[in-house]
Amino acid sequence: MSRIDVRKTYKLYIGGAFPRSESGHSYEVADSKGKFVANAALASRKDARDAVVAARKAFAGWSGRTAYNRAQILYRVAEVMEDRRPQFVQATQQSEGLSAGKADKVVDEAIDRLVWYAGWADKVTQVVGNANPVGGPFFNLSTPEPTGVVAVLAPQASSLLGLVSVVAPAIVTGNTVVVVSSYERPLPAVTFSEVLATSDVPGGVVNILTGSAATIAPWLAAHMDVNAIDLTGVAGETALATELEVAAADNLKRVRRAPATEPDWTLDPGLEPITAFLEIKTVWHPIGV
Amino acid sequence: MGFEYAPAPESRSIVDIKPSYGLFVNGEFVDGHGKSFKTISPATEEVLAEVAEADESDVDAAVKAARRAYEKVWGPMPGRERAKYLYRIARIIQERSRELAVLESLDNGKPIKESRDVDVPTVAAHFFYYAGWADKLEYAGRGADPRPLGVAGQVIPWNFPLLMLAWKIAPALACGNTVVLKPAETTPLTALLFAEICQQADLPPGVVNIVTGAGATGQALVGHAGVDKVAFTGSTEVGKAIARAVAGTDKKVTLELGGKAANVVFDDAPLDQAVEGIVNGIFFNQGHVCCAGSRLLVQESVADELLAKLKRRMSTLRVGDPLDKNTDIGAINSAEQLAKIRDLSEIGESEGAGRWSPACDLPTTGFWFPPTLFTGVSQAHRIAREEIFGPVLSVLTFRTPSEAVEKANNTPYGLSAGVWTEKGSRILSMANQLRAGVVWANTFNKFDPTSPFGGFKESGYGREGGRHGLEAYLK
Repeated sequence: MSRIDVRKTYKLYIGGAFPRSESGHSYEVADSKGKFVANAALASRKDARDAVVAARKAFAGWSGRTAYNRAQILYRVAEVMEDRRPQFVQATQQSEGLSAGKADKVVDEAIDRLVWYAGWADKVTQVVGNANPVGGPFFNLSTPEPTGVVAVLAPQASSLLGLVSVVAPAIVTGNTVVVVSSYERPLPAVTFSEVLATSDVPGGVVNILTGSAATIAPWLAAHMDVNAIDLTGVAGETALATELEVAAADNLKRVRRAPATEPDWTLDPGLEPITAFLEIKTVWHPIGV
Repeated sequence: MGFEYAPAPESRSIVDIKPSYGLFVNGEFVDGHGKSFKTISPATEEVLAEVAEADESDVDAAVKAARRAYEKVWGPMPGRERAKYLYRIARIIQERSRELAVLESLDNGKPIKESRDVDVPTVAAHFFYYAGWADKLEYAGRGADPRPLGVAGQVIPWNFPLLMLAWKIAPALACGNTVVLKPAETTPLTALLFAEICQQADLPPGVVNIVTGAGATGQALVGHAGVDKVAFTGSTEVGKAIARAVAGTDKKVTLELGGKAANVVFDDAPLDQAVEGIVNGIFFNQGHVCCAGSRLLVQESVADELLAKLKRRMSTLRVGDPLDKNTDIGAINSAEQLAKIRDLSEIGESEGAGRWSPACDLPTTGFWFPPTLFTGVSQAHRIAREEIFGPVLSVLTFRTPSEAVEKANNTPYGLSAGVWTEKGSRILSMANQLRAGVVWANTFNKFDPTSPFGGFKESGYGREGGRHGLEAYLK
């Protein structure tokens, strides 16, 4: 008799732990051909709020790390992903229906993107900061700081590369995030959370909720302790995106608007995904003896 | 202690206020289709002029004029030519600086020494600074070929009428956009004089359009489908309404909103200098400043000494005629604002804080409020949480640096903050921890065209000034 395999329970990732949804709800996830793969946790409003609490708690510590340290941790995430390549290739194939060759390329790209973003940690301040020559005897320096807790609606189609491309730029500068994964393709996000948990990323810096953006996002958009929201995951859903942007105005969240269609994630992302969640702080001090 | 000063009024003969003003659309003054309204001097309640109100059709005409100018003239114009128009404007502002200062003080109520020495020189400097960017945008770190957005709809407040106009118009024009600007209904006159300056500079018609009116005019402008960019300075409440109004559109938005800045004084601070900074922080421009240092956080061990010095200094502040060169505190801008300041001050008393003002005679006509401080204020008091936008200071104390940070950041706002200490490492540590867009250390309320200004959290988003200010007007 052949061995019966041990299957994984796919759970949420909140505050560095892997809870099930407090609601007790789950939903069936199928592969690209429609065949049942697993029951994923269906995150609830309460899970989203718990995740915000965890993200807020982690913010001071994470944003207070040196940029060099954050760079090394993001690089470490890439290392651990590389180490678990076959698992990600398989997960991407399963969820996105890619050929082995294409899945391989997607995973390459995802790992390389993490390495790319890791390097930005200790460079972005020099690129977007400024010494200002004010018309008086003052030291005057403008530097970027992280916006705070960012709700990230991850893309629906690109379950791994797209996910990495919205999470890495937010956290590299010191933001902490609450991510809502792709609804139909949540499993690579769960596997990614297992990488985060073993890569020295402090608990609470990245929190991943599997489930429906349409259900969870309104609570995140209206949450008064969330500072920004990335609407990428509702690309093309104009009515929902507008509703979320309206809700976000309650505490003037920074909104990264949803594109009309999901972007081509293989293109050079530029600096905008990073600068969307930065605040420029300017410090003045008199010069004198 | 009392000093007697002879009156030293600046002559108002330098300004020629017309009995009535139209809208400035497509390079010409035209009639508005709304009901006209009167603008008064808040110091005397004297009617200064009758001003046209722009209705939706007027806003539409202005946006269309701006669009034509953008597509046919201003957008295609080489940056170095745009620059020269902006340099011209900067120079005319310098040439007519006293006239602008007197008109600003008349219409707004601010002391002439501020309009003359701060507002108007900074306005000229702002145009001069951004003029130079017009032909250097490819070096601004925003790619090899940064493009303008199109037509900018801009709505500005009454506290720094001409300065806010400069903050909006100069970077927009430098980047190749055209603008429709709505000044506040209580302070439209310097914007209308600026329109004349545009004519003197031979700025092509439609590049700058000024539509006067109140909230409805602003709404029509912000909501107009032909506007590509919305820039607003004003209250957080209106800022949120604008953020909702533009949801689901492609309009780019910058919001510069309210504040409740903490001004933190440590026990090792140079106290006399700190007192000057506190006074400048909250009484500059009658406290009608979004970044005003309205919450004084003083370390417990020096609280009594500092308060004694502060009260003595406040007793020397001269409240009165905005046009008098010796005046420190002018008139409150409107009856409405005065009522709000009175309300919140009464709430401060009824919630248990101790109210103090120096003895000072206030004029009998016009809108006036004495410099006021509240002691024994807790973080829960409304005067510690809400923006009063007047010459009212709430005093709180702290014991440790971490308590100071906690209290300073305990607000939905995040526009500015102040730190007073002789210890360099403490300045930098506080500057790192304070969640505010501008941190003034051992100084307060300093502004410069090269230095970006704007808030964290509910104080809005986007920056004005400096290289960062270009981002708001480029794609």
